Amino acid sequence: MNPFEYAPALESTSIVTIADRYKLFINGKFVAPRSGKYFPTINPATGKKLSEIAEANSADVDLAVKAAREAYVKVWSKLSAAERGKYLFRIARILQERAREFAVLETLDNGKPIRESRDTDIPLVAAHFFYHAGWADKLKYAGLGDQPKPHGVVGQIIPWNFPMLMLAWKVAPALATGNTVVLKPAETTSLTALLFAEVCQQAGLPNGVVNIVTGAGATGAALVNHPGIDKIAFTGSTDVGKLIATSIAGTKKNATLELGGKAANIIYDDAAIDEAVEGIVNGIFFNQGHVCCAGSRLLVQENVQDEVLAKLKVRMSHIRLGNPLDKNTDIGAINSAAQLAKIKELSAAGEAEGAERWSPPCDLPAAGFWFAPTIFTGVSQTHRIAREEIFGPVLSVLTFRTPQEAIEKANNTPYGLSAGIWSEKGSKILWTASKLRAGVIWANTFNKFDPASPFGGYKESGWGREGGRHGLAAYLKAGK
Amino acid sequence: MKMAISPSGRIDVLKTYKLFIGGAFPRSESGRVYAIKDFKGNHLANPSLASRKDLRDAVVAARSAFSGWSSATAYNRGQILYRMAEILEGRSEQLVTEIVALEGVTPRAAALQVQQSIDLLVWYAGWSDKISALAGSTNSVSGPYYNFSTPEPIGVVAIFAPAKPSLLNLIAAIASVITSGNTAVVIASEKFPLPAITFSEIMATSDLPAGVVNVLTGSGSELAPWAASHMDIDAIDASGLTPKQLQETQVAGAQNLKRIRVNTDLESPARILSFMEIKTVWHPIGI
Amino acid sequence: MIIDSSESSLKAFLQTLPRVDEVGVNARAAMLATRSIKTTSKAWAIDTAISMVDLTTLEGADTPGKVRAICAKAVRPDATDLSVPSVGAVCVYNDMVHIARTTLDQIGGKAIPVAAVATAFPSGRASFAVKAQDTKDAINAGAAEIDMVIDRGAFLSGRYGEVFDEIVKIKELCGDKAHLKVILETGELVTLDNVRKASYLAMLAGADFIKTSTGKVAPAATAPVVLVMLEAVRDYFAMTKFRIGVKPAGGIRNTKDAIKQLVLVNEVAGPEWLTPQLFRIGASALLNDLLLQRMKMRDGYYASPSYVTLD
Repeated sequence: MNPFEYAPALESTSIVTIADRYKLFINGKFVAPRSGKYFPTINPATGKKLSEIAEANSADVDLAVKAAREAYVKVWSKLSAAERGKYLFRIARILQERAREFAVLETLDNGKPIRESRDTDIPLVAAHFFYHAGWADKLKYAGLGDQPKPHGVVGQIIPWNFPMLMLAWKVAPALATGNTVVLKPAETTSLTALLFAEVCQQAGLPNGVVNIVTGAGATGAALVNHPGIDKIAFTGSTDVGKLIATSIAGTKKNATLELGGKAANIIYDDAAIDEAVEGIVNGIFFNQGHVCCAGSRLLVQENVQDEVLAKLKVRMSHIRLGNPLDKNTDIGAINSAAQLAKIKELSAAGEAEGAERWSPPCDLPAAGFWFAPTIFTGVSQTHRIAREEIFGPVLSVLTFRTPQEAIEKANNTPYGLSAGIWSEKGSKILWTASKLRAGVIWANTFNKFDPASPFGGYKESGWGREGGRHGLAAYLKAGK
Repeated sequence: MKMAISPSGRIDVLKTYKLFIGGAFPRSESGRVYAIKDFKGNHLANPSLASRKDLRDAVVAARSAFSGWSSATAYNRGQILYRMAEILEGRSEQLVTEIVALEGVTPRAAALQVQQSIDLLVWYAGWSDKISALAGSTNSVSGPYYNFSTPEPIGVVAIFAPAKPSLLNLIAAIASVITSGNTAVVIASEKFPLPAITFSEIMATSDLPAGVVNVLTGSGSELAPWAASHMDIDAIDASGLTPKQLQETQVAGAQNLKRIRVNTDLESPARILSFMEIKTVWHPIGI
Repeated sequence: MIIDSSESSLKAFLQTLPRVDEVGVNARAAMLATRSIKTTSKAWAIDTAISMVDLTTLEGADTPGKVRAICAKAVRPDATDLSVPSVGAVCVYNDMVHIARTTLDQIGGKAIPVAAVATAFPSGRASFAVKAQDTKDAINAGAAEIDMVIDRGAFLSGRYGEVFDEIVKIKELCGDKAHLKVILETGELVTLDNVRKASYLAMLAGADFIKTSTGKVAPAATAPVVLVMLEAVRDYFAMTKFRIGVKPAGGIRNTKDAIKQLVLVNEVAGPEWLTPQLFRIGASALLNDLLLQRMKMRDGYYASPSYVTLD
């Protein structure tokens, strides 16, 4: 019996006001959906309804695209670059002012722990707007010629795992480079995007520069296929990414895609073992494993496997799973019933295929969607849990004998988003990094993000980069 | 700045202009001041006449602030410069009044200068976390080596900004020097010193760490030789010196090979890079 | 035992310890510092922290009067509230041990041990004969705990055998009369790799406690340093089944700091270490802040420094 049981330390939700129902945000105003339809959004930690979200049909999408086009032609493209940047600086500062409100709302709608929303997601959101604000009037230094031009109207579709952060990754560079935006947030996590609409209003952003159309797959398809869209930016599953690539074939539309991953987290025998164990935990249990770049395959050098696994299990027994509003919670709720079902199905497959399953003792709350942090040992490359993206707090453990074997196994996947390397030997880190076919490589750390650092994948993990100077290329056409 | 008795009979509280060193506002250790007149010849103020010892103290303050400022994140530095712009925006009126009084331009022109200065500050704020993407590189050397070059701040920079337009030149010089992590000792224009001190008050209330920027008012010709020969000043923005002063500065500066620049573009990343050094690192790639 | 006591074998063993990544440790310490300890767990933490305080006075200007004052405080930290626990120990220089022991015995503090700093504290720069005498004097005067310093000069120049041997000999002098805390002076060791090496060296040589600092050098007991030391005692227990204690000293000034230390213990070494037998906090000003926080929890409003004693 631990005498130091932490008492509940709940963040208050009084800072947030959630309306009963939210409309679409088009041309600077909230307007009712043509369909008249709304769908519920729930708190995945409790299963209780939070609000109702408007369902945009193709007529609504058409309205939004037209608003974005008009704003582009009449206002945004005529504004000086410096003035454009100043709007983004205003947005960044207001996001900093309202940071706590956004963090609480994000936790309620998404299920992630308040500590993550408060300390990771929302600060990065403000940083992305601040960083890109400074690029607006410096585009001739982006490496795309003296006068690169925006595409015009961009359609952006974002996922549910980092709702506000994905919004920032999409909207900030699009606006900084002179485009206008029609954004479709994920249907299970639209609330913070709709609060962002308020921030746009407070910043005085001209009408139509940012438009938000909520809805599910059909809304997204309507947006992708709309002829008035010059460019698509999508983050989500590889399957949908491929659908998008197919639908824009033959059109003049550009697309950037940020899709799935099955990252290898490579632990060499000369790693700083305690920090590597921490890196494993951050790699796969951070954000409940709902991370495209999650370190979901542990590749541990065979001669230190026992030591690493022993320490990992001790470390996992300290993970706190529970109410996302509790400031001491490390792992929150799974975002939806559908996702939970998928995680369970793949985990069952892991057991059926002969891998050995382990979780620390964990009290799962009765209501809501929950899954205990889990590791599978004795996994081989042919197992489904080594090949398919689970998108949950499930780690598959494989071993390797030599650096070359580590590389082979790490690269042996259609994905190529990210990878981790743990070693105290610099030359080996750099050699491994040079051989890995992945767009983001973390050495002696994991899941670090920064607006100045380009992010994106090789192979079926997508097209293009977000963040940094390289990320601007997605939103500009080279000029002169 | 208002010297006349207002219609209501109210007597204004006149402003005292002191030096800005180490985050505080001391008078010159020499006790000296000099009289500044407005463009019509009326008395405006008695700003401090800085001595070589004030300069010495300013350099000490700038040097001790360098380690913290250069190791702050670029994001943090950018936010602080942006905060300066926020506060400058709010204090525009006082600066407009000072510029009109000193430079003799119209209020409209003065207001435009202040707006341009604010926007220039914002422009440089946005460079702090991008300059390395522009000027850094990974280099394709022949051999199994990872080789990268990265620009780093030089250290303590003395600034002699051109006299007119007073605020705009001052901000172009200060912002381009400190956005990358350098610290500064500014010797304000002898004829138009007041905006520099008012801007110091703005810097002091913008979360800028003490000593990152220090401002001295007084005689450029008296202080320039001391700055030029000071062995703990790494570089000089000499844009405001006369050709003769520039040559004398280059001669004295050769003692410690100061990087001495005359920057004419107000808005240019080259200006930032002129006060940075390039560091190149090699590391083998192999198991 | 894992090694023989030859210098080369000791050096080889210490070199095989896994390295510490400083950035990773700092990140973990920062995350653990965000734990929010409220209500019942906070009340428990405050009382536990009080019971773990080694109430310390180590000044050249110490007098019998000063020592008597802190002994009184040690036994009854809050004269108006007898439910406040007494502290873990009183820590003084060896020539003050006798006064401390007799005072404590006279005022109902028989259960509170006297800890003495020894071995030419704080610098450790003296002959071994002097260090040994320092230790003997303290034990003869009634010290039940000896806080010794390691020879940092020997450590930093790679003479691990010398450091080891000194600890072994001081431990012999302690016998079964006193437990031995070994002060690493982490501020002078600088790197976390050195902290890890020194921790293992001290434990292998017989330390009952490893202690961060003398309190005379900054930085002292930072969270990353304590984290690495807690990992060391955790792993040492896994290897040997011996539990060694940890004592951070210096820089822990308020209740928030103290609670952060307890969180580190809880989540790095484990709850078994949450007892004065295995965790102490070397402090002086901390006690009053713990009392003020305790008052606030008891009464429901913010307290004032006027209501705790300055000793």
